[in-house]
Amino acid sequence: MDNETIASLVKNNFPEAVTGSEIFRNELTLIVKKEYIPEIARFLKENKELDFDFLSDLCGVDRVETDGVFEVVYHLYSIYKNHRVRLKSPITSNDPCISTVTGIWNTANWHEREAYDMYGIKFDGHPDLRKILTPDDFEGHPLRKDYPVDGRQPATLREIYRKDEA
Amino acid sequence: MGLESHLGDNILTTTLDTLVNWARKSSLWPMPFGLACCAIEMMAAVAPRYDLARFGAEVFRFSPRQSDLMIVAGTLTYKMASVARRIYDQMPEPKWVIAMGACAISGGVFNTYSVVQGLDQVIPVDVYLPGCPPRPEALIHAIMEIQKKIEKESVLNKITVNPGDKPKTEGTVLKVPNTDFNI
Repeated sequence: MDNETIASLVKNNFPEAVTGSEIFRNELTLIVKKEYIPEIARFLKENKELDFDFLSDLCGVDRVETDGVFEVVYHLYSIYKNHRVRLKSPITSNDPCISTVTGIWNTANWHEREAYDMYGIKFDGHPDLRKILTPDDFEGHPLRKDYPVDGRQPATLREIYRKDEA
Repeated sequence: MGLESHLGDNILTTTLDTLVNWARKSSLWPMPFGLACCAIEMMAAVAPRYDLARFGAEVFRFSPRQSDLMIVAGTLTYKMASVARRIYDQMPEPKWVIAMGACAISGGVFNTYSVVQGLDQVIPVDVYLPGCPPRPEALIHAIMEIQKKIEKESVLNKITVNPGDKPKTEGTVLKVPNTDFNI
């Protein structure tokens, strides 16, 4: 199915959810309000024509400096139909939260944990929202633009220096 | 010629240090701590083309309890640092450490929140081996430097590092060899 058909199918089914769409280099991007993410995700997966059975990536983007929002980006692929779509959902920066899609694509579990760890985006309804990459006692979210690039936390090495602490 | 002339051809005399150091340096058992692309060069050093076996150090043990030379090859992150330290602590004395590559020496190009800026913040380093990555010849050079260092040691004054100790010893810094190309 080509990009225009996918875009119009989603827009017709969710007229108030899709706030914009773009086709760049033959890649379709839909901007979606965050309240509709679970509905649209389920529609994209379960519609027989679309059949997006594979969530190939889910990530966060920090656009706080320019647009005042974080963004959650979903890259979807249909293995049987061989077509793709990208969803972008802006969320407010002061309380970044969005519904989980783990119930729709199981693979979202670790991707959402990564976005939570790196950007502090909370995924409501996630079964196990823990940090996944940074050390357990690491504070902050390192991929946020307001986190310094060289903001090392040597305190996470304290088990090495346990003699000094005792 | 003293005592040896009375002992015949089958008995040699030497010092205990010479004998022990000869045994230690001729049979290093490396613990490969491969973290990044440097580990590929480390593997090449053991393979037939470079043949680390010529220096008696070809038996890579993946158990720290059977090794005496730790080769940290690659980028050390804070999350991995405590693992590196624990593995180092599990190695029996005497033990030596090579920091292989720019990242292990100083963090390399990764001046970021997650990368330890030098392995010597975590464990004592005997030889710093620069390069990005160092070629297998360079690793062999580093192992030869370790062998030279072992020759100078005495069984009586080997510095021991206990779990929890901060790194103290000073290592040898190898120079980048002259090459035909500019980086």
